Amino acid sequence: MKNKLLWPLLALVALLLLNLIVTPSFFALRMQDGHLYGGLVDVLKNGAPTLLIALGMTLVIATRGIDLSVGAVAAIAGAVTCVHIGTSGSASTAFAGMAIALVLCAVLGLWNGFLVAGLGIQPIIATLVLMTAGRGVAMLVTEGQIVTVNNTAYRQVGAGFVVLPVSILIALLVLGLVAFVTRRTALGMLIEAVGVNPEASRLAGVRSRTIIWTVYVFAAVCAGIAGLMISSNVSAADANNAGLWIEMDAILAVVIGGTSLAGGRYSLTGTLLGALIIQTLTTTVYTIGVAPEVTLVFKAIVVIAVCLVQAPKARAALSFRKVAVS
Amino acid sequence: MTESPPPVVEMRGISLAFPGVKALQDVDFRLFPGEVHALMGENGAGKSTLIKTLTGVHRPDTGQVVLAGDDVAFSSPGEAQHAGISTVYQEVNLCANLTVAENILLGREPRRFGGIDFPAMRRRAAEVLARIGVHIDPASSLGEHPIAVQQLVAIARAIAIDCRVLVLDEPTSSLDAGEVAELFRIMRVLRDEGVAILFVSHFLDQVYEISDRMTVLRNGTLVGEHLTADVDRRTLIAQMIGRDLGTLEAIEHAAEERQAQGPVLVAATGLGRRGAIEPFDLEIRAGQVVGLAGLLGSGRTELARLLFGADRADSGRLLVDGKPLRLRGPRSAIAAGIAFSSEDRKGEGLVADLSIRDNLVLAMQAARGWTRPLPRKTKDQLVDKYLKALDIRPANPDALVRTLSGGNQQKVLLARWLVTEPRLLILDEPTRGIDIGAKAQIQQLVTTLAAEGTAILFISAELEEVVRIADRIVVLRDRRKIAELDGSVTGVDEVVELIAGGATPEKVVS
Amino acid sequence: MTTLAQRVPSRFLPVLATVALFVLAFGVGSARYDGFASGQVIANLFIDNAFLIVLAAGMTFVILSGGIDLSVGSVVALSTMVTASGLQAGWPVPLVIVAVLLTGSTLGLLMGLVIHKFDIQPFIVTLAGMFLARGLCFLISVESVSIKDRTFRDVATAAIELPGGVTITYNVVIALLVVAAAMYVLHRTRFGRTVYAVGGSESSALLMGLPTTRVKVGVYVISGLCSSLAGLLFSLYMLSGYGLHAVGMELDAIAAVVIGGTLLAGGVGYVLGGLAGVLVLGTIQTLISFQGTLSSWWTKIVIGVLLLVFIAVQRTIVRR
Repeated sequence: MKNKLLWPLLALVALLLLNLIVTPSFFALRMQDGHLYGGLVDVLKNGAPTLLIALGMTLVIATRGIDLSVGAVAAIAGAVTCVHIGTSGSASTAFAGMAIALVLCAVLGLWNGFLVAGLGIQPIIATLVLMTAGRGVAMLVTEGQIVTVNNTAYRQVGAGFVVLPVSILIALLVLGLVAFVTRRTALGMLIEAVGVNPEASRLAGVRSRTIIWTVYVFAAVCAGIAGLMISSNVSAADANNAGLWIEMDAILAVVIGGTSLAGGRYSLTGTLLGALIIQTLTTTVYTIGVAPEVTLVFKAIVVIAVCLVQAPKARAALSFRKVAVS
Repeated sequence: MTESPPPVVEMRGISLAFPGVKALQDVDFRLFPGEVHALMGENGAGKSTLIKTLTGVHRPDTGQVVLAGDDVAFSSPGEAQHAGISTVYQEVNLCANLTVAENILLGREPRRFGGIDFPAMRRRAAEVLARIGVHIDPASSLGEHPIAVQQLVAIARAIAIDCRVLVLDEPTSSLDAGEVAELFRIMRVLRDEGVAILFVSHFLDQVYEISDRMTVLRNGTLVGEHLTADVDRRTLIAQMIGRDLGTLEAIEHAAEERQAQGPVLVAATGLGRRGAIEPFDLEIRAGQVVGLAGLLGSGRTELARLLFGADRADSGRLLVDGKPLRLRGPRSAIAAGIAFSSEDRKGEGLVADLSIRDNLVLAMQAARGWTRPLPRKTKDQLVDKYLKALDIRPANPDALVRTLSGGNQQKVLLARWLVTEPRLLILDEPTRGIDIGAKAQIQQLVTTLAAEGTAILFISAELEEVVRIADRIVVLRDRRKIAELDGSVTGVDEVVELIAGGATPEKVVS
Repeated sequence: MTTLAQRVPSRFLPVLATVALFVLAFGVGSARYDGFASGQVIANLFIDNAFLIVLAAGMTFVILSGGIDLSVGSVVALSTMVTASGLQAGWPVPLVIVAVLLTGSTLGLLMGLVIHKFDIQPFIVTLAGMFLARGLCFLISVESVSIKDRTFRDVATAAIELPGGVTITYNVVIALLVVAAAMYVLHRTRFGRTVYAVGGSESSALLMGLPTTRVKVGVYVISGLCSSLAGLLFSLYMLSGYGLHAVGMELDAIAAVVIGGTLLAGGVGYVLGGLAGVLVLGTIQTLISFQGTLSSWWTKIVIGVLLLVFIAVQRTIVRR
């Protein structure tokens, strides 16, 4: 279990060291007006939405599922909140808007759960529906415009500071909450049981449908919070581009963190590491002065490398003949 | 049947070991041209391993395979097929989405101008089908046909190449009587053409009807080779199940001491499911051990699954404590105090990647729902108690279940259900594939539980074990309940007689 | 209706449903808008979606075999980039074409090998391929590169006159040739039939002694080849190479194939279904643009709903 996290951890350390070599001040932290700034803080802040979505994704993947719709759901959350706020500057409107958005996200999660657990549709396809239609819905809400708002309360979510950026605090809070809930209640164990052996779990009386439903709702709510962060950070809702491809980043974070797409044992710490690796990678590409778009190449290399290291078949490549026989 | 032609296949001194299991030990096997040869044995006897050694899936550790006088060593099923050994498996291993003709000929299809010559392919497929008297449109897709026809298409594929040896591994398990007759007709046609047929079936009637010779295996060793006409069913069954599998004196006739039995706990009337088990009546009392006896495929597991709601019954009803209970799934059975330990430990029982602790509390936790976790202390106490009580090793609750030996895995599965304190415990093959010590412990446990008032439905392929433990014995044959006997006065011979199905007996109800 | 259902094997029903949907959508358009029911509108459907038709053909192979290829949109972008920058550097057109097709099929081969040899899910491998191809675009150039080559522009703008005054481009001809070739390979060759067999039941295909390895790797090569060819067509259509071309086009291709009645579980479907799926998507876009008051995002919502409907229909077919 522990050594599973070794490779991601090494990758992260290597990336951070690379940054340190290129930018010696990378690890430096400074306080200004009671706000903490620095390279590491930036990594955390920019990585917060991915981390949030990856947390939800971890549980979904642990049940042998996948949720492609989270990016679209994030866009919907931002759109709904910004449209609700409109020109208002009051905090209560902002909170009402966010509440409406998150409830809506929960409903979208229920919808995904219904397709997967209720109708038994393959998760990739079931969530592809909302991935495609969701952006259309977000644009419907914003009527195709980029909706800008000017609301101090809303701005706090993505751009505010309480010593650390609020978005970091929210992401860590959710991480702590998930860790607490899954380990303190039986949710984590039942999720893993369903993911490892669905039939044995059914015969042991596990309500797998409820479990699956729960994780999709949770993933959608996480996506909603991430969507609020993204939109709040720029005080605008961009239905087209908010959270674009974030589902892929999240899936990568989960896989890099050592949770298998085949379901079963998952690691929240691994997901945290995975999300950090992806964000640090992006930052590193910036700092070493390559065009930011080229990050994708490095992402691809990291994914394949990590997957190969973890693939049992790559490890067993030497004793391949024996495996094939038995 | 004269023995004048030399055998087409001769396997000599075949041994094959998998990690931890000696699957075959020094087995000899002969197959003559123009005969139907039945390979007999219970689960784990080594039938399929022997077949797979012949068809190139496995390679033997020692011993030699001689095909028509030549030493052969196949390294893949493809090589064996080239040498004229075709195999038809229990599950139809064809592609339902392709046409019948493609399923018969794909891989050796006629070609023209680089592409497949479909008219020629259909013609050849029709010829092959005609040879075995099957008249279906070769251009229709395979999935449109019933399983029985698909099975015949699989045979057509097997004989489309010039095959000398045809291996039929339980081809009849999903066929009805008429379809079996059709299959046998085809088998006789092929036999008369000189094909050597190796046939595996769990239905004794079928074996006696079609086979000329049989080889019996038990626990990976050869028990005997006979002409079918020379051996009666009793002898055959006795050979298959063995008579002495480690005598466990302590449990001998424990049943007799347990006379005081409680009220009827579970009663099934006319419960059944098409294709699985015909409607049956069954009563189980508190503190009673009911044994299910019957060969593999007789409906043992299917009956148990109906009682647990793992499959839904399509007829009859179930009473628990005299009140009707509709089982919508395992959860409602568990709520009523029924527990089911599956014979398929890895597939349907344990969650291999979780720890002993998690597996132990899984059923209880599932019943409570995820929002009400078992307190850590209670959990530790339970785990501690059952690790000790069942002598599970290693006694480390954090060890992953897949690292345990078969016997310990079985104990973990048992413990999972004991934790829920069931009133009826259904044990499907709880002692299969585990060492003798663990076996004795589990048998001891069953009698102890019964003495404490738990009702137990005990399923085992080993008749001796069933007879020794059970207060009452329910005998199944061909997916039907055929008798119910008083366990304390019944001997193995009597049960064997029933399973062999000489005469349909009067129902003996205790 | 019953006679129709009896005469037509049930395996054709999903494709027929898609074709019916296309006819219906087109009929609605013709009834409501003047000038909708013209030959040129149909021709434009093909002209505007030629690259998508090619992508869908390649994707059909992958999905039939039970896999999925997320990289196709990025490979289209990479191909436009290689084309544009190659031409800019003064390479002759044939060399550019060969380079593009080689790039696409090599990438497909690599992905196929990783998927098969190391048993990693196609989803993840092709996701990495998607990132890689998109990143390589930007490695070549972050800016959009326009195509100024004469031959290329001539081919792009050349119109082929059909009877009735309808014109099409060479793109359409190529796309239809690809569909024809794909149909030939899938239905007339051992490779093609093995694609179906592997998608139907891989273990059975293996026991039947079919060349499963070649097929499992081969479908990704074909998909890569189709993607790069689609990239060439897209270059002709856009006359530029850009790393942000064809963003999300893999989803359009998957949607077209699914709407065309191909089972995502593999083993069931037709290239023509994918073609019909593309035409349905194209018609919906045309309808929405003719309507004028309906905004473009309705396209996405309608595609999502159609996906849902077809998946639901497939579920019931599979259950039966």
